[in-house]
Amino acid sequence: MYAVRRWSVRHARGLEIFYAAFERAFVALHPVWSRIGYARVEKPVAALEKVVKGFLFDCKMCGQCALSSTGMSCSMNCPKNIRNGPCGGVRANGHCEVKPEMRCVWVEAFAGSERMVAGKKAIRIVQLPVDRRLEGRSSWLKVARDKNPPPPKPLAPAAAAAAPATPSSTSAKAP
Amino acid sequence: MKFDDEPVPGYPLPILPGHTSPGRLERVLRAGAFAVTAELDPPDSADPEDVYKRARIFDGYVDAINATDGSGANCHMSSMAVCALLTRIGYAPVMQISCRDKNRIAIQGDILGGAAMGVANMLCLSGDGVQSGDHPQAKPVFDLDCMSLLQIGRTLRDEHKFQSGRKVTFAPRVFFGAAANPFVPPHAWRAERIAKKVAAGAQFLQTQYCYDIPRLKHFMQHMDDLGLLEGPNKAFFLIGVGPLRTAKAAEWMRTNVPGIHIPDSVIKRMAGAEKPAQEGRQICIDLIQEIREIKGVSGVHVMAYRQEESVAEIIQKSGVLQGRVPWYPGRDNLYANTTNPTETQKETL
Repeated sequence: MYAVRRWSVRHARGLEIFYAAFERAFVALHPVWSRIGYARVEKPVAALEKVVKGFLFDCKMCGQCALSSTGMSCSMNCPKNIRNGPCGGVRANGHCEVKPEMRCVWVEAFAGSERMVAGKKAIRIVQLPVDRRLEGRSSWLKVARDKNPPPPKPLAPAAAAAAPATPSSTSAKAP
Repeated sequence: MKFDDEPVPGYPLPILPGHTSPGRLERVLRAGAFAVTAELDPPDSADPEDVYKRARIFDGYVDAINATDGSGANCHMSSMAVCALLTRIGYAPVMQISCRDKNRIAIQGDILGGAAMGVANMLCLSGDGVQSGDHPQAKPVFDLDCMSLLQIGRTLRDEHKFQSGRKVTFAPRVFFGAAANPFVPPHAWRAERIAKKVAAGAQFLQTQYCYDIPRLKHFMQHMDDLGLLEGPNKAFFLIGVGPLRTAKAAEWMRTNVPGIHIPDSVIKRMAGAEKPAQEGRQICIDLIQEIREIKGVSGVHVMAYRQEESVAEIIQKSGVLQGRVPWYPGRDNLYANTTNPTETQKETL
């Protein structure tokens, strides 16, 4: 919802603190996720994530959340999906060129990042191209998986297969 | 400025040390000359002569010609095709690549193909939303944004590989550019975003129409503070200019075309003029003369939409080329019989 989305940007600092704690807890639960199986928890966790983040941010479930780097303003709401905005078409009143009734998500993003601590620096980092395979999947589980790399013990092919998932998560963090 | 190894159409110039492309635009910029680029309005036609006609208008006044890629989300001859035609006879185009219509597979293919045809300059853009064009029912692609496009282009050129990691056997040698619009909100962040573009791989920047000198100065100052006007991170800024036709057209542009900022003072000057079109050109000349004095400005990008014939007059009267005649097909034959080509060049201006 548009009003809630704007509330979230105004409270970017609070959400940043909350998410930091949430992420720590969620990542710490890695043994639980792997015991049940990441594949098995994917659907329910993604559904929960969609409800929570959909309400707070109008989240589009790109599966590689960058909210911590975008001032808590979801950049997938940009009609051009620009992950490194704002584009040159922002109207004089700070609204979107494509949707004149909506404030530019990147004008919001920079305002939000100003209120944050880590987010203030993170917005200056170039966001990588989106991996479209992750659409609809849970960002939270991705972070938990990426932060707990599988031990390199087992057979070489298995480790190699798991490895490519890691580098794409350089700067993206998920609330 | 004349390079002793001017192009034979279809053959690239040797790449000088510290350069990334075989193009003339990069050479002119790195040599410290004031560069001029202009925008070619691509035809709604399949006749190559329509492209050549539009390019010839700029002969002797521009260092590179921008081939727009469906600008304003309107359908025209593709940027790639315009560039193919232009490079055939030796012109130096800037191929615009917009993320609106193609995904990363098509775009990387175009970068390779463009470079193979001799396109030395590519401008990476996000592109206008489809809603603003003549096909609002089209599917917007936006697989990449301008920033990730720059990064992918640079990886192709410098690391010789696609985004997938697969190697290319001969890397595209390209001078990469990006767009900048210092004239719209959020003003405080415009310079920061351009710094991001430079970090992603932009070597030159072409800006949106500039009618507001104080705002441009402020922006350039900010770029200077970020260390992007000198040293290893130096980026070349080509400031967008263009003649206005009437006060009414200017008023329409600033209210209806997002991204264009025209201060009231300019509109007033247009409204008070007896011959508005002439006044529009004069404003453009005055702006160029102010712009060239600003620290960090390397040239101008003239966007004279549907008034392309005025570019020659504007550039000539502004005097920014200082007697230089940028290469165009036939330039050197013209001077071949004279004993002192430099003097003839000066006379033609």
